[in-house]
Amino acid sequence: MWEFVDLLISLTFYGTAYGMILYCLAVGLSVTLGLMRFVNLAHGVFAMTGGYLTVTAMSRLGFAFLPAVAVSVVAVGALGMLVERTLCRRLYSAPILEQVLFSIGLIFVSSAVARYFFGPLAQPIELPAWLSGRIDIGVGVFPAYRVFLIGAGAVLAFAIWAGVERSRFGASVRAAVDNRRMAESVGINVNRVFTICFGLGTGLAALGGSLGADLLPIYPGYPNDYLVYFLIIVAVAGLGNLRGAFFVALTFGVSDTVVRYFLPDLGRILILLMIMAVLSYKPHGFAPKTHA
Amino acid sequence: MIASGHSSTRLLDGAVLVGLALFPLLMPGYLDLGTRMVILTLFALSLDILVGYCGLVTLGHAAFFGVGAYAAGIFAIRVWAEPVVGLVVGGAAAALLGLVSGAMLLRSRRLTLIVLSLATVLIVQEIANKMNWLTGGADGLPGISMRPVLGQFSFDLFGRVSYTYAAIVLAVGFLAFRAVVDSNFGKSLVGIRENETRMHALGTPVGGRLRMAFVMSAALAGVAGALQAQVTQFVSLNVVSVELSGEVLIMLILGGAGRRYGAFLGAPLYVFMQDYLAREDPANWYLWIGLLLLAIVFLAPGGLTAWTGALARRLPWRRP
Repeated sequence: MWEFVDLLISLTFYGTAYGMILYCLAVGLSVTLGLMRFVNLAHGVFAMTGGYLTVTAMSRLGFAFLPAVAVSVVAVGALGMLVERTLCRRLYSAPILEQVLFSIGLIFVSSAVARYFFGPLAQPIELPAWLSGRIDIGVGVFPAYRVFLIGAGAVLAFAIWAGVERSRFGASVRAAVDNRRMAESVGINVNRVFTICFGLGTGLAALGGSLGADLLPIYPGYPNDYLVYFLIIVAVAGLGNLRGAFFVALTFGVSDTVVRYFLPDLGRILILLMIMAVLSYKPHGFAPKTHA
Repeated sequence: MIASGHSSTRLLDGAVLVGLALFPLLMPGYLDLGTRMVILTLFALSLDILVGYCGLVTLGHAAFFGVGAYAAGIFAIRVWAEPVVGLVVGGAAAALLGLVSGAMLLRSRRLTLIVLSLATVLIVQEIANKMNWLTGGADGLPGISMRPVLGQFSFDLFGRVSYTYAAIVLAVGFLAFRAVVDSNFGKSLVGIRENETRMHALGTPVGGRLRMAFVMSAALAGVAGALQAQVTQFVSLNVVSVELSGEVLIMLILGGAGRRYGAFLGAPLYVFMQDYLAREDPANWYLWIGLLLLAIVFLAPGGLTAWTGALARRLPWRRP
């Protein structure tokens, strides 16, 4: 009996750590999709770029883990703003098909570039000593890295909540989402809000890619292979529903871990079927409002 | 039947069929490549019903191609190796999946539809992977050996029968496609693509029309998959991949979606480029195709047929 409880606790723990990374990766996408209604399937490209930058900064330039993550988040955020200014902006009013094609094109090009510079294999990340041990958190002894992920995810969720729902910038973002023309007419520079949001979204992707590099390995197929996970979370939560994305990501992380443990053969099929059922029952996800 | 009544359209439709017939005479050494082009053209044509005419963007069309391929392969091994019957089986299996998944997918649009279509192809892939005893799992389904087509024409080493068989299936598929998109039904699909709310207000049963189109498109994709299984005598997990779903979308866009000949231009061109570039520079194939996609999006939205269409309108005898 106690063994079973222990098992459930550790499955929940591992699932939560996994869910936190997924949250980190998906929330940035939710911002882009919900605000700009821009179907950006290339979100994983920015996560992968962030991961590669972090690994390179650590192994080639001798950065410590956290400074390397910070540098890559800032660099990728800036790259994201550049891409938004030069490319994405021209596609906001284009049909969804063009946006999808643009994303696929970006995925192909970035995977090819990643393969050229780093080769086809996954990049191992050297975790610092304080993250590679195990620590006791009361209910059991767990890997410090996973504990760190959960803590970082919780801090991030709070920061996003405070930043979007409690700040002036967040208010202008929500105004731009609800009614672009009205927001413009009260003096909000919507174009600038869009650029900053895209930078934030891509920066968050880089954060997720870097922090999660030990859990979701960085390799050229990254943007393609993990795409479906980000999309599921964003779609089930509802586009632009940032708080929902947190709960959906955690639920998904935990249930995926539990189902795969008990039903290794059918787990993936079951999870996907459940998601299909939810989405065909609620096509707009659990969002309070319907966007895009 | 306005569009196909137009003389230049009828002429071009005829030219497409003549081109199919002339290919083996012009390039007798490239029949295998030609067969591949023909099969993927049929596949892209089936996707065009959804993307081009209904305006629904999906990334899961390989689910239907794959189910058709597996159904035809398994049917040939376990029941009857007659090719034409196998095509019907493949098409029917895919149509059935289209009926079920269409009911689930078509309540949503845009991003949710893309997610659901991705989930569909991943589920089918995982089922094919796990049902080892039936599908061969990750090793693929070997041992397909087809009987002569209609009891008369056995598949030869040079691929002559394969090409002819595939080309005839494509020609029949194109006639069916033409009949669908030129009918009032097809026109109502275009209406839904342009303004769903208005079509709804006009009393068009939008949901029913889209589900119908979805099943037709799935069936045609299933026939293409069955054709591939029969001609290559092998089915691997690659036929139900997200990658293939993306590739067929690229082929269609390359030619032009919703433009009647888009698939006929895009699929052969893609296969040709893949064959050429992958031989010269296999590592960077995806780089080139990615750059090409970006170029299409920013420089030639609408694909090649939009270009040639604009060109044709400038010809002196087309001036009003």
